Amino acid sequence: MSEAVRAAQAAQAAPGDNSARAFDVERARADFPILSQEVHGRPLVYLDSAASAQKPRQVIEAMSHACETGYANVHRGVHRMSQLATDAFEAAREKTARFINAASHDEIVFTRNATEAFNLVASSFGQKHLGAGDEVVISTLEHHANIVPWQLLRQKLGIVLRVVPIDEAGNFLLEDFEALLGPRTKLVSVTHVSNALGTVVPVKRVIELAHARNIPVLIDGCQAAPHFAVDVRALDADFYIFTGHKVYGPTGIGVLYGKYDLLNDLPPYQGGGEMIASVTFDTSTFKEAPHRFEAGTPPILEAIGLGAALDYMSALGRDEIAAHEAGLRAYAEERLAGVPGLHIVGTARDKASIVSFVMDNAHPHDIGTIVDRAGVAVRTGHHCAQPLMQRLEVTATTRASIGLYNTRADIDTLAESLGTVSEIFG
Amino acid sequence: MDDLRELYQEVILEHVKNPRNKRTPPDANRHAEGVNPVCGDAVRIHMKVNGQGVIEDVAFDGKGCAISLASASLMTEELMGKSESEAAALFQTFQEMCTKDEPDLAADVDEDTLDRMRVLSGVRLFPMRVKCATLAWHTMNAAMAGKSETTTE
Repeated sequence: MSEAVRAAQAAQAAPGDNSARAFDVERARADFPILSQEVHGRPLVYLDSAASAQKPRQVIEAMSHACETGYANVHRGVHRMSQLATDAFEAAREKTARFINAASHDEIVFTRNATEAFNLVASSFGQKHLGAGDEVVISTLEHHANIVPWQLLRQKLGIVLRVVPIDEAGNFLLEDFEALLGPRTKLVSVTHVSNALGTVVPVKRVIELAHARNIPVLIDGCQAAPHFAVDVRALDADFYIFTGHKVYGPTGIGVLYGKYDLLNDLPPYQGGGEMIASVTFDTSTFKEAPHRFEAGTPPILEAIGLGAALDYMSALGRDEIAAHEAGLRAYAEERLAGVPGLHIVGTARDKASIVSFVMDNAHPHDIGTIVDRAGVAVRTGHHCAQPLMQRLEVTATTRASIGLYNTRADIDTLAESLGTVSEIFG
Repeated sequence: MDDLRELYQEVILEHVKNPRNKRTPPDANRHAEGVNPVCGDAVRIHMKVNGQGVIEDVAFDGKGCAISLASASLMTEELMGKSESEAAALFQTFQEMCTKDEPDLAADVDEDTLDRMRVLSGVRLFPMRVKCATLAWHTMNAAMAGKSETTTE
């Protein structure tokens, strides 16, 4: 266990102490081996956590420990190794349920990634509940993963997609959202936090408005789960999706939360082993949720790594991480506003730790290349949100996204490297 | 900074500020649009190719980064008046320059042409940007082959 985690746990355990725990970023940084890497002879400044977050030693070690001491396929063998692996795998499901305050671990489905979780809901919910002319409401802020599966369903079933508009600042327009809800609306599927702009969507209110009309709601939490505490029961979300690799866990694992009755009412997504109760050549019967949706050998090591990542975040303190990142985002917006010719894209009232921007004379790709030579990793492009880029009339932006390990010095290095951009492009 | 200076040479920045042949000729008979899926940038190439397979006019339009714009601009200058087979040789040579330290250059391309094309060869030090440099050329190739769309994938 790292110093940071130990300190955080000790602070958490201290009774009667209501003072805010100081977030020690240097201690947390020491947990991430990659942060000691150099890029083009400069220390790595990683500002691309919204694309994928780096992994703490605790996650790396949990996965190798499982490989070295307790690995086999899960839910099958009666042998010791299978039991150890099954226990660790199911413990990860339990940790995931706790992380988002689900009522039960049976409400947690492990998928390959968040995209697969969206496709699962589109396929299974679509098959059960949607037909020609039925409407699904999404928003302008969505990632392609919450657009394209519905478009495929539109081709297959003839559903209708309705899109909630945003204002110039990137705010989700609640009144317009409410106006879109009608008798044919069968599902609302919107993001919690915009991956391209950082806008925090008022999803609690979205869910209230939809539920007042008995419409279930799916929330894309990929950019929320890494940054602040998520409580699916307080939100009353019907489905909630996030991904392992953005919460400091491994790639290859996504999470679909579904209220049990809703989830268990859906038909299978894929067929195969693991998900069946019995099979004959005439017919097969399926397991209950969540196993019905986990055909084939699941991402066993990835689940174990995810469990370790969620433990890690919880030990540091979700509120402490959120406060640290909020301070850094404010600092970043202030520093970047001082760069000549730079314009921040997305100035919503409520934002998570993402700062997207454009520069007058330089294309994002050129910016990305130039700052990379200073060791700075940022994302440049359309951020898999092309309809949003079209709405904002930009083809691409440069996005600095902040993780728990970032510092003011990182922001300073970014701002200074943007000076080189101005030098080259004037 | 040295690598950056090699990539963003003055000639390239000048092409970005004053792109050559950035227009849509009304009499063009070959068109193609090239998309770089990484950034969503798109370049359209318009060519007028006569019955003997000679490029009488070539132009481009679209949005993109400095590298893709400069490359498109430079390409139009080099292709003007060239035959289809000469264009193919230039494309092959350019690709070699953008990816290899010791490129295999087509035998029939003259030294002056090679020098002009070489200003973009700094991109070989930036593997993630090679697609930006070759987008216009791939699109030209697609237009020549009678395809209307291409990507750098």
